[in-house]
Amino acid sequence: MKVRFLSAGDRALVVEFGDRVDRRLSERVLRLDAIIRSNPPPGIVETVPTFRSLAVYYDPLLTSRGELQRAITPLLDLRDNPRTGAKLWQVPVCYEGEFAPDLAEVARLTGLTPNDVVALHSGTRFHVYMLGFLPGFPYMGDLPSQLALPRRADPRLRVPAGSISIATSLTAIYPYESPGGWHLIGATPIRMFDPERSEPALFAPGDAVRFEPIDAAEFAAIRKAVDTRSYEVESAPVAL
Amino acid sequence: MTPGLKVLSPGLHTTVQDLGRIGYQVIGVPVSGALDGFALRLANALVGNPQGMAALEILVAGPTFEIAADSARLALVGTGASLGIRGEKARVVAEQSVTVQRGDIIEITLGRQSARCYLAVEGGIAVPRVLGSASTYVRAALGGLNGRALQRDDVIPLAVGCASERSELRVPAPPSGSPEQPIRVVLGPQHKYFRKESLAALLDAEFRVSKDADRMGMRLDGPALRHRWGWDIVSDAIATGSIQVPGSGQPIVLLADHQTTGGYPKIATVISADLPRLGRCRPGDPLRFVSVEPEAAEEMCRQSEREFAKLVGALEPAPSEIELDIGSLYGENLISGVTTGFE
Repeated sequence: MKVRFLSAGDRALVVEFGDRVDRRLSERVLRLDAIIRSNPPPGIVETVPTFRSLAVYYDPLLTSRGELQRAITPLLDLRDNPRTGAKLWQVPVCYEGEFAPDLAEVARLTGLTPNDVVALHSGTRFHVYMLGFLPGFPYMGDLPSQLALPRRADPRLRVPAGSISIATSLTAIYPYESPGGWHLIGATPIRMFDPERSEPALFAPGDAVRFEPIDAAEFAAIRKAVDTRSYEVESAPVAL
Repeated sequence: MTPGLKVLSPGLHTTVQDLGRIGYQVIGVPVSGALDGFALRLANALVGNPQGMAALEILVAGPTFEIAADSARLALVGTGASLGIRGEKARVVAEQSVTVQRGDIIEITLGRQSARCYLAVEGGIAVPRVLGSASTYVRAALGGLNGRALQRDDVIPLAVGCASERSELRVPAPPSGSPEQPIRVVLGPQHKYFRKESLAALLDAEFRVSKDADRMGMRLDGPALRHRWGWDIVSDAIATGSIQVPGSGQPIVLLADHQTTGGYPKIATVISADLPRLGRCRPGDPLRFVSVEPEAAEEMCRQSEREFAKLVGALEPAPSEIELDIGSLYGENLISGVTTGFE
């Protein structure tokens, strides 16, 4: 699909690479974002990578859609990839009892056992496509196809903070209690967003994530350490 | 004791806002900030603050404060809004500064013309910045006073404990509001997802602001807008002012606290110069839209910035005795600095 430039009003230019959830599209979005961040054309206020596009917010007092399009077009053909600093995160998840209110139903709907569901979810390395919906909320994929389910017909008014959820080809973690329509198959005691940290959101777009099963006792112990800010989520640099 | 405004009653939804939290949408943090950035900047200019300082955004019903500082210079901006000092007969109209004294009880009233107003205090509100901004984002309890709207018995900390000695300022003539003009939009980014007749309806029909309106967005009543290929798109980013259309076909104009990303097609985006007019709307107010090209919208943004600079440049001394009949003083040659409330 050809790259398209779309206006979202007079302060945002959307560089659209496609219309699907797709790792190759995502790489193109993240690469353009990294190129722009490393040497931003004048007048850019901020950029937001999503599954399919890069939104470039700008100040019309300093630049224009036309100028930006002219500055960005040649960047699309650059072959170098300045994307650095991506991390692989190891996220502890309790897939048991009250932490996993939809696990039995997901097993029933997919024709798997709950243990299979956990094994598939914790056996997959996920890619962080983007953050959105709530501060620090990561959209991660891709789920093994056996776990793909539509969203719940009946969204919950209250999904607890820390819930690990799945829907369609994606998995996510709720950083805050909020309404939500995804299936809840576990929970993590870690804090996804903390404005006091130098990096407030735990993950960045382009990071990789693995989930590690823990039991309720470990959940309680980690939660205690998180509350006293003495717990650090394991991570390692990723070669791109 | 830290100088402050003691909240006797909080109003419907009063929050600390500045010009927003810039640079964190990439991690899902909404921009927030004043729904009407021009009004916030004008209120700050009237009390002599840098224009982007934090002030109070007051929605629908006004709060009451007790001044817990030696004195404070205040300015209210919002069409038809006024500020009363308990025990004083005359009310201070919006668009001018006034100095009040310790123990004064200040009642803010909104006019029928606008659903919101801004109150700036000389020296600013001393709340910590979170991610570079004092703006309140209630949903994630970020910024402002404890991350929430004001409550009774809160004390809003002020940066300075008394007003400086200088004359009061006012806007020479009320800003020219033209509520009859249609709201200008740039079509897209997903206008091609809509049927031709729905695109035509957006620009031809009259919509009404529904009761379902807050800092995140404003749902409109009117003809249902129909999608050509379904309404569930792969999420992309959202700009303030974008009009998203979920499966119901009822458009929602997304405002300052909107989510950073979303999965509904956006038929059009309100131009930044017209965003302030939107949030003044009350439920039931009629709205019409007209489309402009992106380049024209950018020029309108520059134009409104020039007009705003002119307005700020034209601020003039105002009488500091609030008993004076403001209306009769227009056109009189007032000498600056004759008296201040501080003396």
